[in-house]
Amino acid sequence: MIVYILKRLAIAIPTLLVLIIASFLLMHTAPGGPFTSERAVPPEVLANLNAKYGLDQPLWKQIATYLWNVVAHFDFGPSFSYKDRSVNDIIAQGFPVTLTYGFLSFIAAVLVGVTLGVTAAIKRNSWLDYLAVGISIGAQVLPNFVMAPILVLIFTLSLHWLPGGGWSFDDPRFWIMPVIALSTSYMASIARITRSSMLETLSSNHIRTARAKGLPKRKIIMRHALKPALLPVISYLGPAFVSMITGSVIVDVYFTTGGIGKSFVDSALNRDYAVMMGITILLGTLTILFNLVVDIVYGWIDPKIRY
Amino acid sequence: MVIDESKMTSLAEATSREDVAGRSLWADARRRFFNNKAAIFGLGLLAFVVAFALFGNLLAAWNNSDIDYNVMGDATASAPSFANGHYFGADDLGRDLFARTVQGTQISLLVGVIGTLIAVSVGTVYGAISGYFGGRVDGFMMRLVDILLAIPYMFVLILLLVMYGRSIGMLFVGVGLISWLEMARIVRGQTLTLKNRDYVEAARAIGVPAPTIIRRHILPNLVGVVVVFATLLVPLMILTESFISFLGLGVQEPQTSLGALISEGAGTMSYGTLWQLAFPLFFFVTTLFGFYFVGDGLRDALDPKER
Repeated sequence: MIVYILKRLAIAIPTLLVLIIASFLLMHTAPGGPFTSERAVPPEVLANLNAKYGLDQPLWKQIATYLWNVVAHFDFGPSFSYKDRSVNDIIAQGFPVTLTYGFLSFIAAVLVGVTLGVTAAIKRNSWLDYLAVGISIGAQVLPNFVMAPILVLIFTLSLHWLPGGGWSFDDPRFWIMPVIALSTSYMASIARITRSSMLETLSSNHIRTARAKGLPKRKIIMRHALKPALLPVISYLGPAFVSMITGSVIVDVYFTTGGIGKSFVDSALNRDYAVMMGITILLGTLTILFNLVVDIVYGWIDPKIRY
Repeated sequence: MVIDESKMTSLAEATSREDVAGRSLWADARRRFFNNKAAIFGLGLLAFVVAFALFGNLLAAWNNSDIDYNVMGDATASAPSFANGHYFGADDLGRDLFARTVQGTQISLLVGVIGTLIAVSVGTVYGAISGYFGGRVDGFMMRLVDILLAIPYMFVLILLLVMYGRSIGMLFVGVGLISWLEMARIVRGQTLTLKNRDYVEAARAIGVPAPTIIRRHILPNLVGVVVVFATLLVPLMILTESFISFLGLGVQEPQTSLGALISEGAGTMSYGTLWQLAFPLFFFVTTLFGFYFVGDGLRDALDPKER
């Protein structure tokens, strides 16, 4: 097991370095510098600015400094368009919000999705099964940026139940629509995967044996069927996490929750490369760590994985 | 929104099975496809959307960038009506929504098809090379794919779009280049089984060079998997493009895409101009449904085992 974890780490760490170096090189080769503006800046001033931000150093030294600051101090440097704010300030302001509704959405997607899938598989061809299958087909064509306006149309503009945007850590009414918008399509995918793998597991030999022994149905499902049936779901969690992180940008922009997705889009429109890189690297790191955890859980559950 | 890998593997096995004498795999598949009601329905939806995109402009009374000052800024006057030629109404700037929806559908379909072509060609070649040569080359190439899969590509794509200009060509290429990874994995898996076939060994024995073997004997046998994967990839490409356009980072005015139109419609729906959201949304959902149904139908037709 230890060797397996170390092997996974041996992939994760280079991935992270590649991500950081690649986005740095991308920023370096981009046309136009951060201080290019309509007004011509005197060359002395430009030289001073470049010296202040370390842009007069050779490329390898710039990369090394950036890498060292990011890895050792978790410091992404100053923002290019907000002179008095660092990238860290911007991230610290929005990240807790994104993390809160992201975490809730993820839990909701997994819990509801698995429950729906298992129920549909057990009660095959009942109205519950058809409902679950129907939802999962419908949700395929309702991505988060379609869900968000529809939810606002229903709950804010028609029923006046929920606020159409904004964020408060104390008031859960602000959380409901972001969580539903973000989690629905993944909930549907998880339900679909759980259903088909549960059906396959239920027709396998060890379940037949358990049934022949006369074990109660609940015990068969909880003890013997659930664990193998969840394996495909677990391997789906990695990609689902990545697209949920991406989807949080839509939520932040549409519901003005003030998360980092909004900062990312703003910095993209302002060409504030430092903020964009900081957020890309932060979310990339999260993704890589999450995949690491998924791999470890998978290796722990699936006896077929060789360490 | 992630293509189920286990189903694709099963499909790969089915299409690489030795043909039994009698009806060919393709004749069988065609029969099964045309017996599948959902697939035929999907085909009908696609035909409708393509016809709308190709010939819609012949019906349109307005150009997609002309402003009708009679209805501009007037929520009731810009409602859908046949009298003034705005069949789908007008947007908040007084531009004809019918012409804009036609144009948006064109762009979305184009992005879907071109992006898929790029993803499929890069992925197929990469996967075939990796699988055919095997050993260390394979290990290195697949490790690279693993690393790239762990990166939240949407952020990198937006980074690229911002840095190198938001041209439509860049969008096509970028959307295509981020999704060849799964294709490469599946093609590699099938190449691994194909390369041990007798005919490949015979070709190798008489001294046919590796590129020719790949071109003449491996690639033609990959067609089944590639076609199904491509059909399922098109809606993902359309989703990606719409996502970026929804954020206002994609296609530029006066050109538009379904994602941009949905975004505009969602922005103005609190004024009661619901048609601005409904018509683009209808074509978006119809297109996605069409591709999903046809893709699923093709997969079931080529691999009857998996239901």
